[in-house]
Amino acid sequence: MPSLKDLRNRIASVKATQKITKAMQMVAAAKLRRAQLAAEEARPYAERMDVVMANLATALAGQDGAPPLMVGTGKDDVHLLVACTSERGLCGGFNTSIVRMVRAKARALLADGKQVKILCVGKKGFDQLNREFASLIIDQVDLREVKRIGFSNAQGIGARVLELFDESEFDVCTLFFARFQTVMTQVPTALQLIPAAPSGDDEENAMSGSNAAYEYEPEESEILVDLLPRNVSVQIFRALLENAASEQGARMSAMDSATRNAGEMIDALTMEYNRSRQAQITKELIEIISGAEAL
Amino acid sequence: MAEPFQFELVSPEKLLMSEDVEMVVVPGSEGDFAILKGHAPVMSTLKPGVVEIQINDKEQQRIFVRGGFAEAGPDSLTILAEKAIPMEDLDADILAQEIQNAEEDVNDAKSDEVRAKAQEQLDQLEQLQASL
Repeated sequence: MPSLKDLRNRIASVKATQKITKAMQMVAAAKLRRAQLAAEEARPYAERMDVVMANLATALAGQDGAPPLMVGTGKDDVHLLVACTSERGLCGGFNTSIVRMVRAKARALLADGKQVKILCVGKKGFDQLNREFASLIIDQVDLREVKRIGFSNAQGIGARVLELFDESEFDVCTLFFARFQTVMTQVPTALQLIPAAPSGDDEENAMSGSNAAYEYEPEESEILVDLLPRNVSVQIFRALLENAASEQGARMSAMDSATRNAGEMIDALTMEYNRSRQAQITKELIEIISGAEAL
Repeated sequence: MAEPFQFELVSPEKLLMSEDVEMVVVPGSEGDFAILKGHAPVMSTLKPGVVEIQINDKEQQRIFVRGGFAEAGPDSLTILAEKAIPMEDLDADILAQEIQNAEEDVNDAKSDEVRAKAQEQLDQLEQLQASL
């Protein structure tokens, strides 16, 4: 049975923890709003990019000499997995769910006899993946110092990926991140980056099909060569923004439940504290009364 | 007085401009061209340069763009730029930084093709600096 002082100390410590989690929840809520806004502002560009890419792809379909970024190297022996995770912990299952997906994919590929390389964006994913796949991780991108994710961050990662591709270090590149659905739910997603998977459904492509009359300056193929590397950066940028919003959402709900749990714990401890205080008073009274009776 | 059409300027980070304008001069990679309402559909890549936007008779806006492409239709023009800075905010420092980046690109280039492209960009930037 813990003494009254022990109980008092525990209550104080849980209260302090609750204050921290509560503050973290509020900070995450504010950051979430900003991250969501950033993700929304980036949407028009990515959407236009998709449409143009689809147009060019249909215009060039069936032609020879399409760039390898589009059609791949013709092999799929070496896979590059780009795992985007957060830099900080205390965000519930956010990192774990992304890492789980990467791990499952890596295992499946290895079982098929393929070669796997992993590029980690964010420290947390690196820490978790390092345990099992230390030999497969080729690099880690640190975004710790970055307060607000800018396009240049994505460009940096994109350039790194393209460099590896040019050196024929891999054949297929897949990007892993958490798609932001609601504050409560983030969906870990795998997106094939290289070769560029045709995005959008057919209906959408058909709608923009009137572009057959477009005049291209310079040639379609040249535009495509210029566009494909840019598309890689745009996709990475989009993933990073989605990830940032997801991370804050996950942290917000994790900290919300932590605050609630702390509240429940405080209630239970206070109850126990009051009971034992009462018991002690009763005990003292009995001692006094029985002492008086014995006289 | 030209008829207005829909113009949008988008960078990866945000939608910079979306309004009805009369004329836009676009720095295409194969030469500048002006877009008015009713232009034939064109898609062109951009060179680093200045987009001149004639909003109406009185108002005009100039925006520096780098990398990207323009997509014009009969009644709309969309410019997707990797970087877009209004001319008022563009100063020698930013341009000098851009030029430095371009120089690094030239030095880092692995193949002649890439180098030629980077060199081209650098030249265009230097031209722009000289004209400021």
